[in-house]
Amino acid sequence: MPKKNLSGDGTAAPIDTWWWLSHKGTTTSFLCISLFALLIRSAVSMFPYSGAGTPPKFGDFEAQRHWMEITTNLPAIDWYRNGTHNDLTYWGLDYPPLTAYQSYIHGLLLRFFNPDSVSLFSSRGHESYIGKLLMRWTVLSSDALIFFPAALFFVLVYHRNRAKSQVAWHIAIILLNPCLILIDHGHFQYNCISLGLTVGAIAAVLCGSEVLTCVFFTLALSHKQMSAYFAPAFFSHLLGKCLRRKNPILSLLKLGIAVIATFVIVWWPYLHSVDDFLMVLSRLAPFERGIYEDYVANFWCTTSILIKWKKLFTTPSLKFMSLAATVLASLPSMVHQIFSPSNEGFLYGLLNSSMAFYLFSFQVHEKSILMPFLAATLLALKIPDHFNHLTYYALFSMFPLLCRDNLLLPYLTLHLLFTLIYHSQLPKTKASSFSFTNFPGYVFLLRTHFVISLVLHVVYLTIQPPQKYPFLFDALIMILCFSYFVMFAIYTNYTQWNFSSHFRSADKEKKQI
Amino acid sequence: MDGDRRHLLLWFFAAATAVKLLLIPSYRSTDFEVHRNWLAITHSLPLSEWYFDETSQWTLDYPPFFAYFERFLSFFARLLDPKIVDLHKGLDYSADSVVYFQRITVIFSDLCLLLGVYRLTRKVETLKRNLICVLVVWSPGLLMVDHVHFQYNGFLLGWLLLSVSFLQDGRDLIGGFLFAVVLCFKHLFAVAAPVYFVYLLRHYCWAGLATGLRRLVALGSVVVAVFAAAFGPFIYNGQIQQVISRMFPFGRGLCHAYWAPNFWVFYIMLDKGLAFTLRKLGFDVQVPSASFTGGLVGDSSPFAVLPQITPLTTFVMVLLAITPCLIKAWKKPQPGLVARWIAYAYTCGFLFGWHVHEKASLHFTIPLAIVAVQSLEDAKHYFLVSIVSCYSLFPLLYEPQEYPIKVLLLLLHSMVMWLGFTALYSDEKALKKEGGEIKSKFEMGCIEKGYLIGLVLVEIVSQFLHPYFLGDRYAFMPLMLISTYCAVGIMYSWIWQLLKILT
Repeated sequence: MPKKNLSGDGTAAPIDTWWWLSHKGTTTSFLCISLFALLIRSAVSMFPYSGAGTPPKFGDFEAQRHWMEITTNLPAIDWYRNGTHNDLTYWGLDYPPLTAYQSYIHGLLLRFFNPDSVSLFSSRGHESYIGKLLMRWTVLSSDALIFFPAALFFVLVYHRNRAKSQVAWHIAIILLNPCLILIDHGHFQYNCISLGLTVGAIAAVLCGSEVLTCVFFTLALSHKQMSAYFAPAFFSHLLGKCLRRKNPILSLLKLGIAVIATFVIVWWPYLHSVDDFLMVLSRLAPFERGIYEDYVANFWCTTSILIKWKKLFTTPSLKFMSLAATVLASLPSMVHQIFSPSNEGFLYGLLNSSMAFYLFSFQVHEKSILMPFLAATLLALKIPDHFNHLTYYALFSMFPLLCRDNLLLPYLTLHLLFTLIYHSQLPKTKASSFSFTNFPGYVFLLRTHFVISLVLHVVYLTIQPPQKYPFLFDALIMILCFSYFVMFAIYTNYTQWNFSSHFRSADKEKKQI
Repeated sequence: MDGDRRHLLLWFFAAATAVKLLLIPSYRSTDFEVHRNWLAITHSLPLSEWYFDETSQWTLDYPPFFAYFERFLSFFARLLDPKIVDLHKGLDYSADSVVYFQRITVIFSDLCLLLGVYRLTRKVETLKRNLICVLVVWSPGLLMVDHVHFQYNGFLLGWLLLSVSFLQDGRDLIGGFLFAVVLCFKHLFAVAAPVYFVYLLRHYCWAGLATGLRRLVALGSVVVAVFAAAFGPFIYNGQIQQVISRMFPFGRGLCHAYWAPNFWVFYIMLDKGLAFTLRKLGFDVQVPSASFTGGLVGDSSPFAVLPQITPLTTFVMVLLAITPCLIKAWKKPQPGLVARWIAYAYTCGFLFGWHVHEKASLHFTIPLAIVAVQSLEDAKHYFLVSIVSCYSLFPLLYEPQEYPIKVLLLLLHSMVMWLGFTALYSDEKALKKEGGEIKSKFEMGCIEKGYLIGLVLVEIVSQFLHPYFLGDRYAFMPLMLISTYCAVGIMYSWIWQLLKILT
């Protein structure tokens, strides 16, 4: 018989419908939900990948395949160097060495089963049933081996001292992250590795093992430089924690050594000369591509409709401006964590810093919404309503990209699946003193946003944009998503800042979760 | 409360629909072209030519109600893309339009299954109801056969479940009517007809001379009316002979190309084993010229040693196997046991029938899901038989792309079943304490556990070790291994069900 809770006034509280799924403990529910998550990923893998059947450049899939080709056929020092066998203009490596090592391992697998797909030169533009399948399985295995265990680690640590009734919901939210599934298993990328390592680092912070945090986060940074979106949060939180120790210099030193040691081990082939190191770095930061590309819902791209940044300023000055803006945007959250570090505040800090980077950084892609979105999934229990809307707009901001990849059906299905999971068990939130819903126009604003977005979905799919403005609808989608992201960022920054006032009024000895 | 219940059922259905939508681009078998061809036949040709057309090799071989159903669907198909229903130009048509259209019709027709489950579980308590819903709506076998391989089993089983629900409610006339409808959709369901006949006669019509006779006439006329609606136009056209010959093609052999895991697998193995031994001992044993999968070639038998099996033999054996159930139904017709008897009838049909497809195992695993929550032994039995029958469907999806999907479906199903059953049969007192160690009575026996682990070994051998060590040689061996191993499990299920019915 399911548990029944009877509140004081005699009315029965809603029966927990999912207790039978989670009654055997967190790890068992995790295993069950991860089987379903892997099933969804395998099914999405059957759909087309980016650049399918579009010579001569193809897309991200071809880029990854090309990196496997380069890493399995050339020595490590030549991977980032322009040479006869490695033409950097054709999908040259632009991620740090850990991606290269991972491409090497996967390349070996591909070479064993299907050598034609990674043979030097002749495999350019190689597309076959078995080639696609093997590539998809490399992403699936990376997800299962890195992201899933990291998520389990996080869930076990985060829910250590909480009521167990919402663990299953949270696990489902983290594992069935629609943006990650569509990008990694649809469009084709390996974000699961860097995001998994980041989640591992976050879990290590919540656990209190800071050396492990540094190791994991350095590995994440060495896999994708975009993990730097979270760097301010990690830095400020760890700094804040160290400053409260008896011997702050020693703690900082320990962490610094962990970072440097990991860095040296991963980057070893490229540390033999300054030139080699700079060669890799120059590939990681392609400033010549400009402050924005395509239509991404961040500050620079959205305001470029009114202020033509690229025409008014030079690239170096734009670099400086975006750096300043990003630092300013992430400053409140950093300062808060340095002065009053806490686990909960740290999670908000991650969300705030990654959102600040997304909104103000240089050369942001639509796919970069994955970073703030990941932080939001970890915090989903605390901000359920806002998280619901964020998911909707994060997916919507990727809608044009997914349409180009012919991933419309998975997009719609994952929207459906997310809605079902979200509403399967609505988490109960404490009424906070600050809630956007108290603002008079907020609900109306949100509703109009939603209606406009529905209309834009239909318009984008059915109507041809006018000749003069071929990207009109992309721009409209971008503006809508940007305005929501700004509202969201304001809310989360305010909540984090408000957090410290809760602490100062509450009992200081109370242990933080 | 009722609204909540309906919401939850819809939630389960919507979650399953999400998975089904993602399975749209997966492998399709020839059954896909079969149904597309039927859309074309029923749309482009007049009724009098439906069962005569031979433009394509995939001729119409289901009863008329299914043809009318295809006719109904073809109306929408033509609106979407006229080439789908073109008899000649649409042959082997595989554009996005036809794939999406047909796949979505299967998803929509599964609403019938949902309706059946809804009606069946109206009076069942919450946890059991959720479990039945999970076992039926999320059945991995149904997903694999209907939404990948391509068939309309969910739709047909929905009608069957509706019929069972009315019988369980005691509304026998409607139950009988719905069963007649199912028969006119797919004649394979006729295996349970003896059970229906005996049960309805004894339960509905055995009520005193006047009432009984009145009811008998009512039931008879309802059934006749249904058959008339289905076959009437063809009898009028004088084509009934052709329709019957299409529905019962006797050009096929005892077994399908891939042997369904039934009794005949053992019979064939025994025959081959005896032939081998006798040859070694010096007897002159002829190698049979006929094969098991081919048709009956005159008098020649595909069996070397043992007596030949004819369709009549299989028919008699199925009837004999069902007889204990019929006797029980005659002696004491209880509405609560109907689902059990019907599942048993389909199990017998599966085990002893002629040219049985492995897909037919769905016919007894779905009704058994209703029974599975009734007792601990039922749960344990269902756990075993549903995993075995799902695994026996694996060879249907032989392409590498679907491999992770079918394995994950089976693993997920097993895990959800295990969690559901352990929750259902747990110690109540322990549950009340939050965070207490919950000990469950749901524990599989050693033999069952060993058998299930053996399934994993069979998969490893057939999928990995065999291709690695033997390559393409003896290609039939992995399939034979899977068939035989699963047949053991299904035989066990048959014996268990028989004993349960007799006691």
